[in-house]
Amino acid sequence: MNAAVLVFPGINRERDMARTLKIISGRQPAMVWHTDRELPAGTDLVVIPGGFSYGDYLRCGAIAARSPIMDAVRAYAAKGGLVLGVCNGFQILCEAGLLPGVLMRNENLRFICRDVYLKVERSDTPFTRGYNAGQVVRVPVAHGEGNYIADGETIAKLEGEGRVIFRYCSPDGMIDPDWNHNGAINAIAGIVSERGNVLGMMPHPENHVEASIGLTDGRGMFAGLVEALDRAA
Amino acid sequence: MKARVTVTLKSGILDPQGKAIEGALRSLGLSGVTAVRQGKVFDIELEGADKAKAEALLKQAADKLLANTVIENYKVDVVG
Repeated sequence: MNAAVLVFPGINRERDMARTLKIISGRQPAMVWHTDRELPAGTDLVVIPGGFSYGDYLRCGAIAARSPIMDAVRAYAAKGGLVLGVCNGFQILCEAGLLPGVLMRNENLRFICRDVYLKVERSDTPFTRGYNAGQVVRVPVAHGEGNYIADGETIAKLEGEGRVIFRYCSPDGMIDPDWNHNGAINAIAGIVSERGNVLGMMPHPENHVEASIGLTDGRGMFAGLVEALDRAA
Repeated sequence: MKARVTVTLKSGILDPQGKAIEGALRSLGLSGVTAVRQGKVFDIELEGADKAKAEALLKQAADKLLANTVIENYKVDVVG
C-alpha cells in the first residue's frame, strides 16, 4: 500500500490515520500538503483525514475542497484510484463534488463524540472486503456536522445502486432512529461514488485498530484495503 | 463598487439552527414568530463600475464557493 494522507490547515486526525495505515500495512504513508499540485508517484490510496480544515469557515470542507491538491485528487479518482474520506474528509469530498449530497448540522445541534454502531451493507468493495455484509461494527464518531442529506432523486439513486455502505444502527444491527445520533437521512453513515472507488464516511475506523485501545473493529477496513491493493498489484 | 450576496437554505432543507433560534425567540416571550430560517450575508467590494460585469463575477463566486447549490440558493445585489 502506497497511501497518501492529505494535510490541510486545521486538520487534526492526520497522525491517527498515518499511524493506523503504518500499523496495518507496514508502510509509512506520504503526508501531502494542500498546496501541492501532484500526488506522489505510485500512490494507490488517497486518504482525507478528519479535523477542522480552515476552522470550518464558510461551510465544513468548503475551502479545503477548492485547494490545489484537490485537482490532483479529482484526476486520480477519475482514473479509478481509491479515495477514502473520513469525517471532515467526507465533508471535503462532498464539497469537492466527488460524492453527492452534503453533511448538515447534527439534528440535535450538539457536537457528538462517542462510539456508534455501524451496519456494513456490502462486503464486495475494496473498502469493506475485510467485513461481512450485514456485520455490525463499533467505531467512534466526533462531529457537529454529520447529518447527511441529498435531494430525493440522489438518495433514490444511492439506494438503488447499493452505494450506501455504512448505516448507523443498534448494537444488534437494527436501523432505528434512536441509534441514528445525527439524524442522517436513511441513517446513512458512509457512501461510495458511482464507480465505487471513492468512499466518504463520518465515523473514524482508524481509531479502533489496537487492542490496547479496547476495540479493533476498524481493522477490517484497512486490512481489507491492503488485501484489495495486493490483489490489484 | 459594493455588492451583497445573500445565501439562504432551499425550502424543504431542514434547518436545525433556524429551529433553535425560533425556539429561543419564543422563550424570550417574543410571540408571533412562526418560523425562522438562518442564512448568510456576504458584503463584497469590487473594482470597476460595470454593474453587469460585477453581477456576472459574483454569480461565479456564489456558484464556485459562497453557496453550496445542493442545499442553498443565493441572490446577488450590486449596490453601486
